[in-house]
Amino acid sequence: MRRVLRVNPITCDAHGVCADLLPELISLDPWGYPVIAPGPVPDDLISHARRAVTACPTLALRLESERRSRG
Amino acid sequence: MERYGTLALGRGAGPRLMASVEQAGLTGRGGAGFPAGRKMRAVAGGARGRAGPAVVVGNGVESEPASGKDAMLLSQSPHLVLDGIAAAAAAVGATEAYLCVDGGRPQRARRLSAAIAERVTAGIGEVPVELVTYPSRYVASEESALVNFLNGGSAIPGYVPPRPFERGVGGRPTLVNNVETLAHIALIARYGPEWFGSVGTPEAPGSALLTISGAVRRPGVYEVALGTRLGDLVALAGGAAEPPQAILAGGYFGGWLPWPGTADVPASGPGLRAAGGALGAGVLVVLPESACGIAETARVFRYLAGQSAGQCGPCQYGLPDISRALDHIAWRGGDERADAWMRDLLPLIPGRGACRFPDGAVGLVASALRVFGADLEHHLRHGPCPRVARAPVLPVPAGGERPATRSREPR
Repeated sequence: MRRVLRVNPITCDAHGVCADLLPELISLDPWGYPVIAPGPVPDDLISHARRAVTACPTLALRLESERRSRG
Repeated sequence: MERYGTLALGRGAGPRLMASVEQAGLTGRGGAGFPAGRKMRAVAGGARGRAGPAVVVGNGVESEPASGKDAMLLSQSPHLVLDGIAAAAAAVGATEAYLCVDGGRPQRARRLSAAIAERVTAGIGEVPVELVTYPSRYVASEESALVNFLNGGSAIPGYVPPRPFERGVGGRPTLVNNVETLAHIALIARYGPEWFGSVGTPEAPGSALLTISGAVRRPGVYEVALGTRLGDLVALAGGAAEPPQAILAGGYFGGWLPWPGTADVPASGPGLRAAGGALGAGVLVVLPESACGIAETARVFRYLAGQSAGQCGPCQYGLPDISRALDHIAWRGGDERADAWMRDLLPLIPGRGACRFPDGAVGLVASALRVFGADLEHHLRHGPCPRVARAPVLPVPAGGERPATRSREPR
């Protein structure tokens, strides 16, 4: 199943850990909040994506099946 | 109530009404323009589950500063709105209902309470309606913010899903409709979908309440057939009071359209979207040649940036940064760096908040850059134009400062 990364913008507190762990897909905006590359997470990055999700201090980052994601 | 008699909402009326609203093709009049029948169907579907009976919320807060249609409707036809709440409640099987209105207008709230009491006295036997006075802030009347507030929380948007139609007030499936949408539902219940579609166009059936203001001779609220040409609407509002240069379509979530180039554009959701504006909550503001579109946009955007609930970083920090750059360009002429910085930041905002507020706000600026591109160029090269000194055309409420939220230093 194809997986996408999503961030809950209310709980995200711009710690930036995700961008450190997954620079291939996550960059930071000028205010320190993550900008996630569009599209599904490539298979070879799934384990890195999982690590970033687990490391998020506010549990704002999630890996979800593409079907459930918004627009 | 004496004038029109009560709505007949007997057994079996609910499913019939839902089908009528779907057939009529009514879309929400609060701004998003979502099909009203589909929303009802989603709420009714959720209410069949274990979540309990549905709840109906009438949204009459009208936080759009240039809009006056909901206030007019609630003042002049309160029973039409209450009929709509009763009809919508019957359609989705709701057992309670709320009507949310601006807490800053106590007199209007008292009259609405009296109208609700009249119906209770008359013993119509419809769903009980509780009037709720509500803080008037821009993002406060977003659907999930209304639901948060009714659940005892702050009037700030939540991170959806679940959407209110799945889990809203008291965890129950909740139908949130703008009061004008409810009035149309009442009329469809009374006269049927064919009557509703006898005006308007096939892709935008029915009529809508529009608030037309700015450089027109007779500003006010007008009920018009959807699809009416913008040029005819300006004529309806008494014609232009001064030569226009642009029209703001859709309010502060909409977009600027150049004038007179868009006089033939039909006033409907699809028509205005195709032209770069929006129908939104039905706001049209005619901008005269004597005003500076950059300064008008900067003033409104500063207000909007202050209206952020401060929950999501890109909105909380991004909008003020864009506002500072735009202010600089508008009143001090700015420089190429301010312009480039602003253009770098604008695409970073959409789709990154819990609600659509930041998307709408930056959409307004993007439309200003398209329509007032030559003016922007002038500001950058020669400093602010003399027109910035003109009295503001677009209304900006005072005291729009941001509420206290999480405090943290911007990075």
